[in-house]
Amino acid sequence: MSNSSRNAMLAKIRTAISNGSRGDFHEAHTNAAYLSNDDENIAVRIDLFAHRVAEYKAWVGRCKADAIAQAIGERLMIRGKKRIVIPSDLPASWLPTGIDFIRDAQLDRAEVAGMDGVLSGAALGIAQTGTIVLDGGAFQGRRMISLLPDYHLCIIRAQDIVGMVPEAFTQLETARRNPIQPYTFISGPSATSDIELNRVEGVHGPRTLDVFIVG
Amino acid sequence: MQVALFITCFNDTLFPDTGKAVVKVVEQLGHQVIFPEEQTCCGQMHFNTGYQVEAMPLIRRFVEIFSQYEAIVSPSASCVGMVREMYRFAAEVHQDVKLADEVALLAGRVYEFSEFIVNRLGVQDVGAYYPHRVTYHPTCHSLRGIHVGDAPEQLLRAVRGIDYVPLTQSTECCGFGGTFAVKNADTSMAMLGDKIRHILDTRAEVCVAADNSCLMHIGGALHRQRSGVRIAHLAEILAAQE
Amino acid sequence: MKKPESVIIALAPRFEVGAKSALQNTQLRRNMGKATQTIRAKRAAVVEELSDWESLRVAGQHIKDEVLQHLDTYLVQLEDAITQAGGHVHWAKDAHEANEIVTRLIQATGAKEIIKVKSLTTDEIRLNEALELAGITAIETDLAELIIQLAHEKSSHILVPAIHKNRSEIRALFQKSMNLPELTDEPKELAAAARQYLREKFMTVRVATSGANFAIAETGSVCVVESEGNGRMCLTMPDVLISVMGIEKILPRWQDLGVFMQLLPRSSTGERMNPYTSIWTGVHADDGPQEFHLVLLDNGRSDVLADSVGRQTLHCIRCSACINVCPVYERTGGHAYGSVYPGPIGAILTPQLVGMAHADSLPYASSLCGACYDVCPVRINIPEVLVHLRGKVVAEKQAQPKSWFDGENIGMKAMATAFGHRSTYEFAQRAGQLAQWPFVHEGYIEHGPGPLGKWTAMRDFPAIPPQSFRDWWRERQRDE
Repeated sequence: MSNSSRNAMLAKIRTAISNGSRGDFHEAHTNAAYLSNDDENIAVRIDLFAHRVAEYKAWVGRCKADAIAQAIGERLMIRGKKRIVIPSDLPASWLPTGIDFIRDAQLDRAEVAGMDGVLSGAALGIAQTGTIVLDGGAFQGRRMISLLPDYHLCIIRAQDIVGMVPEAFTQLETARRNPIQPYTFISGPSATSDIELNRVEGVHGPRTLDVFIVG
Repeated sequence: MQVALFITCFNDTLFPDTGKAVVKVVEQLGHQVIFPEEQTCCGQMHFNTGYQVEAMPLIRRFVEIFSQYEAIVSPSASCVGMVREMYRFAAEVHQDVKLADEVALLAGRVYEFSEFIVNRLGVQDVGAYYPHRVTYHPTCHSLRGIHVGDAPEQLLRAVRGIDYVPLTQSTECCGFGGTFAVKNADTSMAMLGDKIRHILDTRAEVCVAADNSCLMHIGGALHRQRSGVRIAHLAEILAAQE
Repeated sequence: MKKPESVIIALAPRFEVGAKSALQNTQLRRNMGKATQTIRAKRAAVVEELSDWESLRVAGQHIKDEVLQHLDTYLVQLEDAITQAGGHVHWAKDAHEANEIVTRLIQATGAKEIIKVKSLTTDEIRLNEALELAGITAIETDLAELIIQLAHEKSSHILVPAIHKNRSEIRALFQKSMNLPELTDEPKELAAAARQYLREKFMTVRVATSGANFAIAETGSVCVVESEGNGRMCLTMPDVLISVMGIEKILPRWQDLGVFMQLLPRSSTGERMNPYTSIWTGVHADDGPQEFHLVLLDNGRSDVLADSVGRQTLHCIRCSACINVCPVYERTGGHAYGSVYPGPIGAILTPQLVGMAHADSLPYASSLCGACYDVCPVRINIPEVLVHLRGKVVAEKQAQPKSWFDGENIGMKAMATAFGHRSTYEFAQRAGQLAQWPFVHEGYIEHGPGPLGKWTAMRDFPAIPPQSFRDWWRERQRDE
């Protein structure tokens, strides 16, 4: 809107800041020494991550780096998913035969929504909370493709799993691109607590989430 | 040690037996009780209801009367909370830096009865005998206001002959809240109703707390219902002997 | 165009009046009791898990303190960063201005329908009503908001607006309004019905509005925390995104999210992490809306900022932990508060945003039990602010001549005078002992006069014993 609102608001805020200070009565800040990382080894961290993701009623599996395609193939077979959208840069070596993989080269929204599922990588994982972070980086694609299909199979590398939430933000800051990428934090399949405050899985996002930890 | 008793206007007038019990227990532990007779009211009711201008003389009065004592003990967690937590705030509201300084010096020497016995004197067993079934309601101000922790329970568990029964959802407010009980009487009663139900479920003969104000609220309903369950301040249990 | 109401409370009754009718609704009390007990236990369990919870609370408080102390600087920094990232920032001093800005932006797209992510800020400014007057339909996409919208009701909780409704009530509503006669009351089926109902809207509507949980001054990033995926839909699928944010929602640094993304989900839904969090910065090439607007809203916040005690209210991250733990809210539900902000936070925020005269009963809607302060993730001392606001209510009352005839005012002043001296205090004590005799029956007063009558309507009051403690003390001193 007009600059006048902006300037009036800022002027009012500046006056308020000085009028509303507690001055002599302000309590001194005590030390806020919250934890910024855990001291766990990678094996413990991976176990915790797997456990916490599973608690959101997602399925979690492990596989070796040289067996990704086979693991993906088996998983999609079990789920009965045949047409899968993938980010344009997903490695061909991940893809098993017998499944129809469609690379996202500006597919329209109806096409994406019509897929049986999406297969993607991830930027990082947070063990403490069982969270997967997507940042549109390698093997992740546009936000839309991990949102519209009802099924998401996500592949995360073991070395990309951090212990705690503050570590995740530190790592994301380090890996920040210019311009800044969009981020999506995913903790389990879509859910709601709106009916009697119980968590129910499955509303607008993917209702089924499978996760492979690689390595 | 010389212990100045801060009786509170409420206990002085309505529950004198609680004061007598405090005197007895503290003296039995070998300390001298002093009662500064100039004391009246700490100003809590006025301050918390919004009559802050009216409360200020009472606050200044309290600070003046009690500043000289090494230890000030009161059988009311809520009035102790007023002095320890709200006096600083009252000084701030009235931009009275001098009062704030005086309060800062005084506040650390004001104790609620059970925390004084357990934390300051280091005593859990005061030698009491009370052969009755008792439950304990931790009042909001004792629990969340001044953090007495489990000092009252420690004292109760050490009483000989006692049949101590914990209360379900004990940390929930009884609905007293000073003038809240009158201004929002319906909501207050809904809260009290649940508290009474939990007390009756324990089949205790006596409900104990560290604040007679909340006990008066609870006791008012217990008596109205002719429940036969009595109320008693913690100090009165600890003063009971064979 | 008719101007919408810009205040929160439109002729809401006093709290105690609203509470009384709510207390008589037994179904409501059962629903509320069950829901609040459930969420309290969940929150306690996930908070217990973190050994550094108290440090996180202190950190949250400090960050918010810092934000407010330099709010002007951070707002300008945020504006610069968003503008650089291809977004647009608008400044709205009140609800009316904010609604005008949003309406104008939507009209420029030609859209007649928008999708909305649940946002308290847009509820506060009554955006939906303003848009309706301009011929624009706002579709709420959060499940509980949808329930409220379909039922033509008002929210009763900031996080779970339909907390007062149980599953069978929701089923009946969906059966009717979605034409699904076969629907059961299984929560999974109810959620699926909402998914189906809204999918077409997500695929076709070109404009969305949202609120914002956080905005990072140093990067210009905006963050929305949600569960269902309706947020992701609204933030990703449309061409144009308009977010409305209170000026206090800003955080200085990206790293601060490491604190708040621990505090918020655990305090809010009692989860280690909410299902989805979206963070975007301006517009992103080939991904999501290509036009982004952020509306910065004051609407009374700078008045709160100017009040040294009330200022901490602006720390609030709208988690609802205080609401869930409040014994008053548990009994009365949210509607009694007459505001989009119910519960303890509402009791302090509403009167500060709209003025005491409109909401003078709210600061008294609390027993000062302190449970709200204990759970607040940013350590807002709610009882302290309540008492502070009560002081303002009384001061405003006393400034009017009619207070000379106000019983409470007269009584309080008289008592304060009596308590001012030992002699008058002791005289009043004795006067009470004497005056009570017509009402005392076996040591109790069962029908008291005047204000005592409000007490004894429901519980007995103990009679004043003949000997006060100080009388006993003096007698004892004499005997020694």
